[in-house]
Amino acid sequence: MSPVSRGFSGRRRDDAEASRIPPGQYVTPDFPVLSAGPTPHHSIEFWSFDIRGEVDEPKSWTWEQFTALPSETVTVDIHCVTKWSKLDTTWKGVSLDTLLDGVDTSAEYVLAFSDGGYTTNLPLEDIIEGKAWVAYEYGGEPLDPEHGGPARLLVPHLYFWKSAKWVRGLELRQDDKPGFWEGYGYHNYGDPWKEQRYAGD
Amino acid sequence: MERATLRRRLSWGLARVVDVVDETAHARTLRLDPPDWQGHLAGQHVDVRLTAEDGYQAQRSYSIASAPEDEHVELTVERLDDGEVSPYLTGELRPGDDLELRGPIGGYFVWQETLGGPLLLVAGGSGVVPLRAMLRHHRAVGSAVPARLLYSARTHDDVIYRAELEGFDTVVTLTREQWSGHTGRVGRELLEEVGWPPAERPLVYVCGPTGFVEGVADALVALGHDANRIRTERFGPT
Repeated sequence: MSPVSRGFSGRRRDDAEASRIPPGQYVTPDFPVLSAGPTPHHSIEFWSFDIRGEVDEPKSWTWEQFTALPSETVTVDIHCVTKWSKLDTTWKGVSLDTLLDGVDTSAEYVLAFSDGGYTTNLPLEDIIEGKAWVAYEYGGEPLDPEHGGPARLLVPHLYFWKSAKWVRGLELRQDDKPGFWEGYGYHNYGDPWKEQRYAGD
Repeated sequence: MERATLRRRLSWGLARVVDVVDETAHARTLRLDPPDWQGHLAGQHVDVRLTAEDGYQAQRSYSIASAPEDEHVELTVERLDDGEVSPYLTGELRPGDDLELRGPIGGYFVWQETLGGPLLLVAGGSGVVPLRAMLRHHRAVGSAVPARLLYSARTHDDVIYRAELEGFDTVVTLTREQWSGHTGRVGRELLEEVGWPPAERPLVYVCGPTGFVEGVADALVALGHDANRIRTERFGPT
């Protein structure tokens, strides 16, 4: 039980949106940027999206092939571990169900990898059945590099560091290998509704 | 032993406010005495939680301004007039109050002597806070690693830790005031003049608002610095 902070009243929300905001989060109209290093700028002609690891046959798409895949447009709320949430964000991208269609695997985990060396780990079941996308448009525009363009993972039901920017592929694994932030003390799973910010939460 | 790999859970605790120090018209340092503090690394941050009488809570993250060797844990908070938490921390909170916090958090935007250098710290506005912790730590351990701070502020009066930073290898540039020193934004020219050449492989920490960090990091990469030697932290408008 937290003690009262003398003189603090705060800016609580009593509207319908309140139920959409996980514990410890606040809503921002901005789109803050958080990255561990410089924003990569690479030529799109060298871009590919790869599925490798515990698969019978690795898969790879060029940018042209990737953006020709059936796409979906979704409007979702996103929650960053640094406390901001942003409601009703609209993205266009390819569902992971589409990318994993026909992939034969015994893997239970994935490690997403990105330009710049960033990685993040997720259970395979968290990115299938309409829960995750590789998004390349935000708000009807090509995704800005600082927000992860040309393409980023979008897994809105987990804290947003799981939605790897500049994503270049997935490594399917039988074991769960911690990614970049997971190796620095952030929670391995990251459910915002359980406030799983840091290891042990 | 498997047990050794278990991480200590970060629990909330109450830190007594020992003192508050106004750094500028907009920034205040909170000097805290957290019980059972396990120590931190220069560059890490803490989460702060405020609770209203009806139980409503708000949380924010703040960089630690003090070195691990300092007596107290210090946070320097910039007041954002339309903010929910920073006006409280910089206006209402006073010595003798308790502040709920947990940490330290973060393990990448940190500097320890084993990481070496040369160490180039680039700050925009209140982004100087975690970099000041690094400078203090650097001095406290008597490090021989060359270290330099390049600090962009709007005006002289906006320079946080002004007197203290004069005692370090600091280059200030002002973006909204003319003076005898550097003026204008941190771009390639200034980074080339103030920073070490890419061949010396400096370890660079950049902290500030998003636009600042993006600009500086892009300029460093364009100058030929290895992207893997550039660590960034952005300050959102919270």
